[in-house]
Amino acid sequence: MAASDFSRLIAAAADTIAAHADELTALDQAIGDGDHGLNMKRGFEAVRAEKDAFAAKSLPDALKAVGTKLVMTVGGASGPLFGTLFMALGKELSPAPDRAALTAALGKAIAAVSARGKSQPGQKTMLDVLQPVYEALAQGKTASEIADAADHAADATVPMKALRGRASFLGERSIGHMDAGARSTALLVRAVAETVEGF
Amino acid sequence: MSNVGIVIVSHSPLVAEGTADMVRQMVGDEVPLAWCGGNGHGGLGTSVEAIMGAIDKAWSEAGVAILVDLGGAETNSEMAVEMIGEPRAHRIVVCNAPIVEGAVMAATESSGGASLKEVVATAHELSPS
Repeated sequence: MAASDFSRLIAAAADTIAAHADELTALDQAIGDGDHGLNMKRGFEAVRAEKDAFAAKSLPDALKAVGTKLVMTVGGASGPLFGTLFMALGKELSPAPDRAALTAALGKAIAAVSARGKSQPGQKTMLDVLQPVYEALAQGKTASEIADAADHAADATVPMKALRGRASFLGERSIGHMDAGARSTALLVRAVAETVEGF
Repeated sequence: MSNVGIVIVSHSPLVAEGTADMVRQMVGDEVPLAWCGGNGHGGLGTSVEAIMGAIDKAWSEAGVAILVDLGGAETNSEMAVEMIGEPRAHRIVVCNAPIVEGAVMAATESSGGASLKEVVATAHELSPS
């Protein structure tokens, strides 16, 4: 991947998080502690500030650098969870992966996030978006179909009962609200998909 | 042989500092001890960077036992241990124990010169299985 392409991906990710920060915070206020939008925005702005330096690295090193920066700046439990996703992708990917390699790497990165959060799909978390995205990628879906799958998956967390994270303290009362981490994951997937389509 | 270090990680700096005070008063000064709490931006939460700093501060060749409060503190502590990496990571354990009782009991065990394994086992005995 060209350095300019990686820069554009970072900018697109930071843009969508910034544009939806208030919405993410509102979702988190309903069933969490209400800091998700602000935390994610702080983290992705910190990544944006170093995007050219990150983009100059090889793809694996750039992804690891993004992950480390998110761990250190997002705060809350989201920092390690989103950070682990990027760090694991960096660890698994070669500098110029094909679609099969990308799919395999995403599968391993999802397993790393699952281990970090001691969680599985179905517990109203970001994993409920990542897993369908992985499946869509494996099935050869187009970028826009993958982005749609991510949005549907985030919507599908609304009727779920939270079993992990702060929202799980609410038990049944977590039903009826979208998970903020699932929403931010879907936003990132759409930003990446739409940017990649323009390459 | 050095004493096992104790790190206290709470979402609240007041809880973390208060727990550390109890350890100091009840156990004494020979155990390396550090605490951190808060998200680094004035709110409740935990910070991986602060946890890594606390581990450095309480570092002992005998290892470090970390006591945490809620889930995010555990996730962030595990992340901090991973980022510190080997050769130190395998000598750092995040304990499954109540934070106040766990810290006091782990520090008591450590002050007697117990190994990391013994210190962690003592803390874990406090946890309902």
